[in-house]
Amino acid sequence: MTSISLTRTSAPSAFAALRSRQALRTALPALSLALILIAIAWFNPRAISYFGFNLMLNLAIPIALATIAQMFVITVNDLDLSIGTFVGFVGCVTATWLRDAPALGITVLLGSVAVYAVLGALIHIRNLPSIVVTLGMGFVWQGLAILLLPKPGGKAPDWLLSFMQLKPPLIPFPIIAAVAIGLIVHFGLMRTSFGAILRGAGGNPLAIRRAGWSLLKTKIVMFTLAGIFGVLSGMALIGITTSADANIGNGYTLLSIAGVILGGGEFVGGRVSPLGAVIGALTLALAANSLLSFMHIPPDWQVGANGAILIIVLAARVVLGRRESRQ
Amino acid sequence: MTAALAKIGAKPWIWSFVGALVVWLAAIAFTRGYGASGMVTAALSLAVFSVIVGVGQMFVITLGPGNVDLSLPANIGLASAVAMKVMDGSDSMVAVGILAAVASGLAIGICNYLLIWALRIPPIIATLSMSFIIQSVDISYGRGLQIKPPPEFADFITLQIFGVPILAIATALLTIVAAIVLHRTIYGRSVLAIGQNIRAAWLAGIPVGRIRFATYALCAALGGLNGALLAGYFRGASVDIGNEYLLTSIAVVVIGGTSVAGGKANVPGLWGAALFLVLLLTMLNTFGVSAGVRLVTTGLIIIAVITIAGGEKVQK
Repeated sequence: MTSISLTRTSAPSAFAALRSRQALRTALPALSLALILIAIAWFNPRAISYFGFNLMLNLAIPIALATIAQMFVITVNDLDLSIGTFVGFVGCVTATWLRDAPALGITVLLGSVAVYAVLGALIHIRNLPSIVVTLGMGFVWQGLAILLLPKPGGKAPDWLLSFMQLKPPLIPFPIIAAVAIGLIVHFGLMRTSFGAILRGAGGNPLAIRRAGWSLLKTKIVMFTLAGIFGVLSGMALIGITTSADANIGNGYTLLSIAGVILGGGEFVGGRVSPLGAVIGALTLALAANSLLSFMHIPPDWQVGANGAILIIVLAARVVLGRRESRQ
Repeated sequence: MTAALAKIGAKPWIWSFVGALVVWLAAIAFTRGYGASGMVTAALSLAVFSVIVGVGQMFVITLGPGNVDLSLPANIGLASAVAMKVMDGSDSMVAVGILAAVASGLAIGICNYLLIWALRIPPIIATLSMSFIIQSVDISYGRGLQIKPPPEFADFITLQIFGVPILAIATALLTIVAAIVLHRTIYGRSVLAIGQNIRAAWLAGIPVGRIRFATYALCAALGGLNGALLAGYFRGASVDIGNEYLLTSIAVVVIGGTSVAGGKANVPGLWGAALFLVLLLTMLNTFGVSAGVRLVTTGLIIIAVITIAGGEKVQK
């Protein structure tokens, strides 16, 4: 897509090459995460501890969930520019209705997942550019969030607070959560036959349709999954921050896209990696929150350093020999 | 009648003008005709900025899926600061200031493409990372910047002839040039060819790399120009002066009938879409609705317009 490289693989080795490419796609994000962790250990050895990881990775859970949501949409060659404001909207619902009127809160959250399903259907039936539709939805979610919570406030339900503050023995909760999210989605999407159909709908829609599968159904399933993970992301976020703000999730749109790509996913062709996406999200969260503060970067340059880290990590991928033939 | 309808259907950008007309009529119906022409003047002078970045973004998006410049808001912010600093409130430096802003944009565009080329990463991520760095440069460069634009520059930007802003006329000329470049020059045809099938374009001997480089540079240079003009319009530079142009630049391109899949661009649609978005806000402001309702309505109307206009026909 971005460059033309004509690699010729002979037929027998093509399959092996495909396997090793897949392995590489999962290994590279892990290497970049290791890079960030080594840097953190270098600047502040004490951060590499149970307590340190708990603090550093706390905000990584909602980012990982939003990244997975984005990944589902990217799998079917679409892009969700509304996931950030959607997470913010879910946060506002969680901090108000879900606490004060649980029945109403649950209905609204289920309804918002249904809206995602409808969007998927609409995008498929009318063959609309998802960028514009989700751009519009971004305004809608933000508007609803502002109507619901004009000023920052609200409070997370107690059960959610205590769940997000679990302190399991030995391994910090955020790590367990990240591994669980990654593995569950990995097995669902990469190891089941229906998962293969779903990815195929992005990789070769025509073949999937000729084989008798409904592309409409796959799109609805993927958008519904995106909605579900968006809801989980918003709830997890409020479980950590305890109160909400209509703009709380705005940064998640770009973070989630960056996480998917950092995790080895591609914008077209159904080539994604759930484990990679989770690792990409962890890398971004660690780079953005912890590494920069340990490095004593002046506030003016924090954002810029974020960009620089993103570039360095991606450059590392090239150095490590990313020779995927594209298109 | 059906023939006429079919003709309209074949030109999806007409919908954006229809949309603009409808929201304008709704607004003046509410005010009982009061301020009808003032609304058009105001809409024209604001739409100009969306059209200028829209032209750049349109060329980039036409390159094909995944091509989009997310660094425009940061670019516009930095260029606005550069323009104000170079002009330093003096009328004699206006041209130099505008050139400096364009040069700042051009430099960003070059960096953008270097990243895309050197790291072989999707342009969305390259321009996103770049925009973070530009933001920091701008924060540190433009700190406490309170330089007003030179009076002549500010006057020129708001100058009108018979209710039509001079800047709108200039931008109309710019879009005509853009249309000619797109459809009648080797460069423009190459952009379209790359968007339709990058591999075929490459095999046909089109210098894909150079064309993409030129396109990212062009888009960022227009972003720089827009930064200088916005600083003149809003009487000063600021870091977040370009924030809304991330979504707006994409929205005007796509609502205007350019294909997000690439290879099909539409210049007149940019004007329709820009006017539509500005008039939509004007209408909602006239109705006096709250910020939340305004956002929800804007979103729903964007979705409604794109749904009615429809996407590309599915290949059977």
